[in-house]
Amino acid sequence: MTNSHLKYRLIKDKLFYLFVILMSFIVTVPLFVIIYYIFKMGLSSLSWDFISKLPAPMGESGGGILNALIGTAIIVLLSSLIAVPIGISAGIFLSEFKERKLAKYVRFCTEVLQGAPSIVLGIIAYIWIVKPTQNFSALSGAVALSIMMLPVIIRSTEETLKMIPHTLKEASLSLGVPYSTTIFRIILPCGLNGILTGVLLSIARIMGETAPLLFTAFGSPFLSLDLMKPMNSLPTMIYNYAASPYPQDNAFAWGISAILCIFVLVINLIAKGVSKKWKVQF
Amino acid sequence: MTVSFSFCLGRKMKQEKIFNGYLYTVSILMIVLFSAILITLLIESFPSLKEYGIRFFTGSNWDPNPPEGKPEFGALPFFVGTLITSFLALLICFPFAIMIAVFLGEYYRNGNVSQFLKSMVELLAGIPSVIYGLWGLFVFVPVIRNLELKIFQMAYTDYSHLSAFSQKLMFGLKFILFDLLKIQPIGFGMFTASVILAVMIIPYAASIGREVISMVPNDLKEAAYSMGATRFEVIRYIILPYCRSGIMAGILLALGRAIGETMAVTMVIGNRNLMPKSIFDPANTLASVLANEFAEAVNQLHMSSLIQLGLLLFITTAVINMFGKLIINKMNKAA
Amino acid sequence: MLKKIAVIALSIGMGISALSAQTKELLGAGATFPQPLYSKIFQEYSKKGVNVNYQAIGSGGGINQLIAKTTDFGGTDAIMSSEEESKAGAPILHIPTCLGAVVVSYNLQLGANQRLKMSSALISDIFLGKIVVWNDKRIAAENPGIKLPALPITVVYRSDGSGTTYIFTEYLAKVSTVWDKTVGNGKSVKWPIGIGAKGNPGVAGTINQTPGAIGYVELIYALSNKMPYALVKNKTGKYINPDMKTVSLAAAKGIPANTKVSLTNTDSKDGYPISSFTWIILYKEQNYNGRSLDQAKKTVELIKWMVTSGQNFAPSLHYAKLPKDAQTKALALLNSVTFNGKPIK
Repeated sequence: MTNSHLKYRLIKDKLFYLFVILMSFIVTVPLFVIIYYIFKMGLSSLSWDFISKLPAPMGESGGGILNALIGTAIIVLLSSLIAVPIGISAGIFLSEFKERKLAKYVRFCTEVLQGAPSIVLGIIAYIWIVKPTQNFSALSGAVALSIMMLPVIIRSTEETLKMIPHTLKEASLSLGVPYSTTIFRIILPCGLNGILTGVLLSIARIMGETAPLLFTAFGSPFLSLDLMKPMNSLPTMIYNYAASPYPQDNAFAWGISAILCIFVLVINLIAKGVSKKWKVQF
Repeated sequence: MTVSFSFCLGRKMKQEKIFNGYLYTVSILMIVLFSAILITLLIESFPSLKEYGIRFFTGSNWDPNPPEGKPEFGALPFFVGTLITSFLALLICFPFAIMIAVFLGEYYRNGNVSQFLKSMVELLAGIPSVIYGLWGLFVFVPVIRNLELKIFQMAYTDYSHLSAFSQKLMFGLKFILFDLLKIQPIGFGMFTASVILAVMIIPYAASIGREVISMVPNDLKEAAYSMGATRFEVIRYIILPYCRSGIMAGILLALGRAIGETMAVTMVIGNRNLMPKSIFDPANTLASVLANEFAEAVNQLHMSSLIQLGLLLFITTAVINMFGKLIINKMNKAA
Repeated sequence: MLKKIAVIALSIGMGISALSAQTKELLGAGATFPQPLYSKIFQEYSKKGVNVNYQAIGSGGGINQLIAKTTDFGGTDAIMSSEEESKAGAPILHIPTCLGAVVVSYNLQLGANQRLKMSSALISDIFLGKIVVWNDKRIAAENPGIKLPALPITVVYRSDGSGTTYIFTEYLAKVSTVWDKTVGNGKSVKWPIGIGAKGNPGVAGTINQTPGAIGYVELIYALSNKMPYALVKNKTGKYINPDMKTVSLAAAKGIPANTKVSLTNTDSKDGYPISSFTWIILYKEQNYNGRSLDQAKKTVELIKWMVTSGQNFAPSLHYAKLPKDAQTKALALLNSVTFNGKPIK
């Protein structure tokens, strides 16, 4: 009798194992389906014209996404310029002064901001920058995106620095090296791979964000380098073209998605590579 | 020599003080940022709070432009829309997230299979939300619509040639599908949005689940094995209960993400400001109505009501994330 | 190191911004109703060295952003209400740019050359949710000889604040007292039934993909996507096909000097009952917010071009040109635009 009960348990065990594998791989199905569709529908739009021309007027075929490509590059660059210095510094603070009460509050604020919906941040940027300057601008979009980048960078910086043995810091300080130089010349370089990973991951995240840009950077059919004027971006273009009834616009939306996915994938891969290759061993 | 040394020392002390000051300032900036966001949202919502008070939360009439009378902003339909889509998404994602967490945390911790699945899940998380929306709009919505169409055509088929019992069965089925669930062949709706949301939040719940499952102390598991438990039993009776709070935290984080998600939802949910009566109805969530109406809110009350929605979104996600992080911190301390 | 890079990059950025200080770009936002036309003519206009960035966010957005003074001009098919004008704080001019038709488009597989005929009562009943399937007796009665499928009707409306909605609901409010009392007219109304989509393109796209859908879009969107649209019965009882001719006929009435006129439910015998002008709105006094004389000049020049040479692009995109009377009044209004009180020359 015990034998059959044992068999029953063993069968349950095997079934569960198969079930787990099944469910886990079912999850990969939507991923493959999405990627399949993106490339099946988007590949046909990709061409040299696609990345070198400006968008055609509504309803006409041809044209490209040059202004969106450059726009995304500029906005992402600007956001990083704002978020990276602040983020790394705050991360240093959190890892160095973690006992202080202030650190607790800062950590709390960081975690809350991480979960903040991107559209709320877009509205904040509108209220803070667009309304007073009465100007839709790439800068306001970049500010909204930089608020999204900050928590990720702060967290990864803090985690990375926490893992560096404090003997390193103590050795440097005992040699009379000032604290700031210790941090910048010794600790940060050691943690560079983790910090860089965090920066790259946050960039990958904001590259695809549309909601914050809806009422800030607005959009433009022209190529613009002006930070105080509206600027087009890849996700904005996807959103606009997705709702269009013209099939060539829809095909464009898929094409842009393909390019965006490739960018995000490449950045993720680079981040992984950086994380592995530059890892300083202790 | 000693003079120059102490002079250098003085300068270095100053440099350190400045540096410390810089670090403090930057970090206080984070607190200032958070407070500024909260205060801005509060101030801008104030006109609407004053005007509508509790009616905002209980009224289901969202009418910025009524044929007569003042605009009325009852946000209940959006609360319902948000709740239904988020919880339905959680419900759908939960089994999958747990299974992935078990797979990566227990069965295949390292190795190529684990790497593969981990990358897949990370990719899922990395796809921008607007692309999910695009795919949802052109691929998933037609699928749901065809399904609904087939179901709808059932209502018009003649079943009189079947036996009386089958007819009663059909009648019951029709009642469930059309009167309770109110299926219309639209394709857009809360159900569609929930499914897409579920796919988007799986990585969040799974990653935390995986971490806590892999951190279960070995001696607990070994004790169970030594008593003759199968792997399934160890997972079910030892690991999962042990990780209950961690999994809970993962779910909370996923919920927070689902509530705040805008783009994918607004592209497939049907954008209707009326109170949804079934999960297949088109509706609006707090986030999607913001995206729809913000650019054109002319009158002060409309703008203020929308910002009040933003405030609620901000506070809700903040509270949920806070709980999640609290649970994780407690676990980390206990470990 | 990082800080050095930051400083250098920011100064390059500011430098580039400073270089673009001379007005070479104008920003407008608003209606999707004329978007295909504007998109085309602004591309043409850019050959003159001035880039016009027009973002079609809906008439509501256009009005709102002009009030917020974030744009140089707005586009709207809905005349600004007195509340909106008082919020703006300064007088705003409405300059008509073209005529268009709001058509009732649907997604049905009918026989070749078969088109639906709709009376105003039918349209309002469908959009009120009183008729829910296509093979309803009332639709069949108006369309003898057409086999209608047993598909449910899916109403598609605008989810954003829209001048197209304004035109359509104004028409419905005029022809149906029930509509007037329960839903009313405006850029955003509380639709009793249906799903919302963003912009004219969104509605057209949704109709196109949803069998059994019905919605209202500007003519060009239905034409470019080969979507069928209904013949609408006008006030005199004739079923009218929306096109440039019938739209122009609807506009053949006296236009006030400020050009704020409604053309819906026209008395004209052969006029299409859901026609409308679309306007560009701008401030009468252009010196606000630190605007330069140059920018004001360029704005006025642009709009002047739109109502004169730009009109030649309208017919190929199925918009009707401005009637002579409207054009004269538009130019008169533009000549009254001032900078610091002095007319802009």
